[in-house]
Amino acid sequence: MKATLTIFRREFASYFATPVAYVFLVIFLVMQGLFTFYLGQFYAREQADLVAFFTYQPWLYLFLMPAIAMRLWAEERKSGTFELLLTLPIPMGSIVVGKYLAAVAFAALALLFTAPIWITVNWLGSPDNGVIFTGYIGSLLMASAYLAIGSALSATTKNQVVAFILAVTVCFLFLVSGLPMVVDLFSGWAPEGITLAVANFSFLIHFDNLQKGVVSFADVFYFIAVIAFWLWVNRVVVESKREAG
Amino acid sequence: MDVLLEAQDLKKHFGALKAVDGISLSVKKGEVLGFLGPNGAGKTTTMKMLTGFLAPTSGQAIACGETISTGNVAARRRIGYLPEGAPLYGDMTTRDFLAFVAAAHGIEGGEARDVVESAAGAVHLHSVMDQRVETLSKGFKRRVGLAAAILHAPDVLILDEPTDGLDPNQKHEVRRLIEAMSVDRAIIISTHILEEVDALCHRAVIINKGRIVADGTPSELRARSKYRNAVTMLVPRSEAEKAASAMKSIRMVAKVEAANEGDDVRLTVLARDGAEISDSIGDIAAVSNWKVRQFSVEAGRLDDVFRQVTEGR
Repeated sequence: MKATLTIFRREFASYFATPVAYVFLVIFLVMQGLFTFYLGQFYAREQADLVAFFTYQPWLYLFLMPAIAMRLWAEERKSGTFELLLTLPIPMGSIVVGKYLAAVAFAALALLFTAPIWITVNWLGSPDNGVIFTGYIGSLLMASAYLAIGSALSATTKNQVVAFILAVTVCFLFLVSGLPMVVDLFSGWAPEGITLAVANFSFLIHFDNLQKGVVSFADVFYFIAVIAFWLWVNRVVVESKREAG
Repeated sequence: MDVLLEAQDLKKHFGALKAVDGISLSVKKGEVLGFLGPNGAGKTTTMKMLTGFLAPTSGQAIACGETISTGNVAARRRIGYLPEGAPLYGDMTTRDFLAFVAAAHGIEGGEARDVVESAAGAVHLHSVMDQRVETLSKGFKRRVGLAAAILHAPDVLILDEPTDGLDPNQKHEVRRLIEAMSVDRAIIISTHILEEVDALCHRAVIINKGRIVADGTPSELRARSKYRNAVTMLVPRSEAEKAASAMKSIRMVAKVEAANEGDDVRLTVLARDGAEISDSIGDIAAVSNWKVRQFSVEAGRLDDVFRQVTEGR
């Protein structure tokens, strides 16, 4: 636990060692604003809710979360600190989790900066704050799932750009498997079970449920299972890269 | 007695390549072991196994009674390691970096401040404590790496080319530091700088193609050189040829090498099987009345032994 915290602290601080983190936060907030007000028609809807805010997040995260995760391991491997890190008396699990949590904390911070829109909607009308709260929980869970994928794939390469592209690709698959066009592709010929499985594989469906204010065990469990699986992959990949340095 | 680090028949194969092919060694408390070999001989791979970064294909390594493995944190606690090229987190300040390493070793709070300060003091880092590591010179970076390796007072120190890329003054300083630390530790340093072995090591192991080809004290190794007991002298050019042929006629002389040095010639007389020839040569020189300047007996040359065992010459 203490060891995890040590790794977490170093990793989190390193996000702010360069101006990149601040640039990222600004880009995130600007994009989030654009999506909410232009694509989401926040005002035109004349509804006191944050549906416009949450609807496009899966697509926004598709690019921004891999950007947060890409350096986690690729940087270590490129600079040689991979060897330094793995010869410190810290268990592998703590290193993987500590690094991952630092990325999650950074994403959570970015999400925290969107609080003004929550305040605005409360000032304009009287929204169901419970729904908004579960929406935020769902948003953070989805971001965490993206980051778990990004972290694992970051370990596969020494090149951050390659890590980014790999992560976007895999995250994209997790995203589109719930879209009607993909589901329709299967529903014609495949048994219903498979179609359902493909659809349920998607972040979208589980995220939608949480947005509607429905906190079901299945949705939360889905995200936690995805995260756990990819952290396990992360660990396996790191172990396999010792020889490659 | 007091063996702190032991390797038993370590092997590491990468596919068909046998990078390390059965290395056994032990390092006692207070001993500095020089680990030599040409590039690609398996030095770094061996060290990576000794520090638990790589898992050996077979064989095992033990530090202070703990089997070293990629999963054994307890063994890694006993070891201080300076990886090749001293990789560091460039975006941290020296102080933050050392504090991070201390925390990784479970040292925290006031104690962490103390060990960071004393390790930094030992390698003279005080002037750069609040500077970012990436802005430091090569010498300082190497010293930061050394400070990180020693701050938890490990029983076993494994240093991969600790003086590589340093200037002669910095080299001297690092050697002095290693010497000072060797008193109650077991230290392995890898190097291909042979003067380092003389300056620092109590024992040297030479490896080639993943196997140990020589193991002994620096003097023992040197004794294997064909220059053992060779006599070197400086004679005027006019007398050189005569002197050389006279000495070749001695039965115990194997060979005479000549090299021009201004108006003089440096003659190196190699003894057959390392026999004592200095007296006979001295007698001949005196009788023949050569104008000999600088007369010395060699103990043997490490670089010669190094080539001999790694190239089979």
